Amino acid sequence: MKNLITLLLLMILSFGVRASEGIDLQEADVDLGDKTSLLRGAKHFVTYCLGCHSIKQVRYLRIALDTHADEKEVLKDIAPLGASIYDQLHSAMNKHDAEKWFGTQPPDLSLVARSRGADWLYTYLKSYYSDTSRPFGVNNLVFEDTAMPNPLWQLQGEQHEVIRKTIYGDRIDLVLEKEGTLSEKEFDQMVNDLVTFLVYVGEPVQMERQSMGKYVLFFLFMFFALAYLLKKEYWKDIH
Amino acid sequence: MNNEGVDQSKRQFLTTALTVVGAVGTGYLAVPFLSQMQPSVKTMAAGAPVEVDISKMETGQLLRVAWRGKPVWVLNRTPEVLATLKTLDPELRDPQSLESLQPENSKNPVRSIKPEIFVAVGLCTHLGCSPTFRPEVSPPDLGDKWKGGFFCPCHGSWFDLAGRVYSGVPAPTNLEIPPYRYVTDTLIIVGEPAEGERA
Amino acid sequence: MKPSRLNACGEWVLDRFPLASLWKDHMTHYYAPKNFNFWYFFGSLALLVLVNQFLTGILLTMNYKPDAKLAFDSVEYIMRDVSWGWLVRYMHSTGASAFFIVVYLHMFRGIMYGSFKQPRELIWIFGMLIFVALMAEAFMGYLLPWGQMSYWGAQVIISLFSAIPVIGDDLSLWIRGDYVVSDATLNRFFAFHVIAVPLVLVMLVFMHIVALHEVGSNNPDGIDIKKVKDKDGVPLDGIPFHPYYTVKDIAGVGVFLIFFATIIFYMPEMGGYFLEHANFIPADPMKTPEHIAPLWYFTPFYAILRAIPDKFAGVIGMGGAIVVLFLLPWLDRNPVRSIRYRGGIYKKALALFVISFIALGYLGTQPATPVMTNVARVFTAIYFGFFLLMPIYTRWEKTKPVPERVTAELSLEEQFPAFIEAFEEITEVAPEPVDDGQHHAFRSTFFSRRPNPEGIRNVTTRLAKKLKESLD
Repeated sequence: MKNLITLLLLMILSFGVRASEGIDLQEADVDLGDKTSLLRGAKHFVTYCLGCHSIKQVRYLRIALDTHADEKEVLKDIAPLGASIYDQLHSAMNKHDAEKWFGTQPPDLSLVARSRGADWLYTYLKSYYSDTSRPFGVNNLVFEDTAMPNPLWQLQGEQHEVIRKTIYGDRIDLVLEKEGTLSEKEFDQMVNDLVTFLVYVGEPVQMERQSMGKYVLFFLFMFFALAYLLKKEYWKDIH
Repeated sequence: MNNEGVDQSKRQFLTTALTVVGAVGTGYLAVPFLSQMQPSVKTMAAGAPVEVDISKMETGQLLRVAWRGKPVWVLNRTPEVLATLKTLDPELRDPQSLESLQPENSKNPVRSIKPEIFVAVGLCTHLGCSPTFRPEVSPPDLGDKWKGGFFCPCHGSWFDLAGRVYSGVPAPTNLEIPPYRYVTDTLIIVGEPAEGERA
Repeated sequence: MKPSRLNACGEWVLDRFPLASLWKDHMTHYYAPKNFNFWYFFGSLALLVLVNQFLTGILLTMNYKPDAKLAFDSVEYIMRDVSWGWLVRYMHSTGASAFFIVVYLHMFRGIMYGSFKQPRELIWIFGMLIFVALMAEAFMGYLLPWGQMSYWGAQVIISLFSAIPVIGDDLSLWIRGDYVVSDATLNRFFAFHVIAVPLVLVMLVFMHIVALHEVGSNNPDGIDIKKVKDKDGVPLDGIPFHPYYTVKDIAGVGVFLIFFATIIFYMPEMGGYFLEHANFIPADPMKTPEHIAPLWYFTPFYAILRAIPDKFAGVIGMGGAIVVLFLLPWLDRNPVRSIRYRGGIYKKALALFVISFIALGYLGTQPATPVMTNVARVFTAIYFGFFLLMPIYTRWEKTKPVPERVTAELSLEEQFPAFIEAFEEITEVAPEPVDDGQHHAFRSTFFSRRPNPEGIRNVTTRLAKKLKESLD
């Protein structure tokens, strides 16, 4: 029985380990409580990603409700022109065109943060580098031969890969070759906002869920305390 | 087992306390369980207000639109119809629409904001069938008393062209008028109350 | 005059329905041994989880669409647009895992205290049938979200049937209703998951309990309490189920719900063990995920399947791992029930079995590398060895004398002082730090203690001695 418990504990401790194809993932700093970051991320998403990727599981209304933003402001600042507050974040791209241009259909990103994880997304978006052998002239360290061009290259600038010899073998580093319109810090912040938004759309209820949890647990502790007292009282009879 | 010296009042108290806490917990759990059967956001999105363009409507024409999945009629009434409506009061159950559902601005004898444009939810107030539009006067099957109106095929209720119910038929009240407003002279939004009206 | 009316109504019902005698026979005058310990909570908890699965499952079917085109989105629709849908869905998905945790512990209790032995063989058989039905229920339920793992998991498991000689291919085709897992499969799995298997489960649970109440519960001492009765025919070591075990079980339910709610509200994915990451990608029949693993509760059996290098033999091994459990009452030749009075050889065998079961469970979640496969083979051998060698080693067992009456055991709360003592021994109070005005935040009594090497050594040796003693 003790072995069982120890092993179970070990298993629990090893949770959350996800395959990352041998690249060290950089840590995204996701704080869903930071509504301004979330709204910035939403705006970036609509500007840079919605051209190809939908988030068909989330409505603009939900974003407004969860960030306590005004519905009209969300429609004006974030949603594309003519969208209704009840609309989901649908991309306008035609599926057949997508197939023709990228060889594949850009996936819906509603749940990408739940299947890939925030750190993977953060690192992925930062790991593009020039590679003339690829159709769009870029490749990615995290996701090799990705079909997706880098939509943020003007902001980030162009990166090149540099092979560094270490005692563990060759490592690939990315070096900024041509400056982008954003500084490195600004760009990191922007990608972080974007990832925060994607984590949010993966499960919009998660903040509410966690804040609700403490009340439920408090109630259950009370329930248990009473039940325990009652059990003790009755079991006085048993000798 | 030994039941002597048992503090029965303490047992009673703890049992009651636990029952109450348990009942409260069950109640709190019941709320999400029951409210999950409420209309979802998708349903609410589908029930969003709908726009109706009436610029191309001819007189006497009936348009059907869906609002919250229900049929909503938009009828362009002719001057003759409006004239007939005034003569029907004695045969109606609720000619002044006192017991019927409508926004304040439609609580008048013709039951509309603008007299000629009639907007109503096309479901019989008896058991929810959708009545048929029968604008003709005195057709053979309905008899001489029929002055044009809506006839419910399910249980034979009669409504006039202002959706008012006749006496002596199963339907209890006049047809429901949904909240609606004019955006422009020729564009109606069904489902949104007019300025100053409650939803 | 209202109360008498009510009474009259009550009488009317009682004259026609044996409610009072049912209540009496199965609650207030059902005598359970008074020495149940912590392991005896899991039966009633399993019943609680079953009710949870039914209630949340019914609510989920109201919005779920068993259609390959709509299924995935309808689950997300429940998670987002249906009010409180997320709670109901997480209660159902967490409940599935909780069901297996509770049932595995319940089964282990049975093996530990010999609850499967004469005269309770049939209870064990019904219980095993419940376990099999539960596995079918969980497997078919897992296809419904129609994610990548749902799809490929079902594809792999159904293909197992094709290993059966002669009829295999036709059989798996018949199960799927298509050449691959498809809309037809989803639709029939939905029917099984929401109607057929639950009905079977309820019937089996009913029979499990009826059989239990016929012969009475076993206990940690493995003694037949009906042997020693007072002049009224009440077992001296028995206490009425109600109120004593109802109040005790309610307290147990409280603890269980605290764990359950913690998972639902703070870690519903449980790091990918309760809800797998790859299952958040819609099923794609054109692309298998890089690493597919079944949900954790199937992994011990899945590891056995992979450990055997032949397709058909693997399927037999996997099925055999479950079938041997059915045979347990006849494999164990020792008349002593409880592990407390059994010989060291059985205790060691059981410990090895538990280790191999958990290790197989872990290996089943990992990619099958050659090293891992070899390790899995060793554990598979131990798993089967525990059962198949049982008729031999239980015969040599040197058992201890079984007492006439049940023995008292320290309850969890009575063991607290000992825990505190052990904590005091393995730690010592750190010397008062020099107050430099910076570190006063750490001056609580808990944090001011530091490990005491000598104490740790003493406690470990004592623990090891005790462990050795208990295994002899």
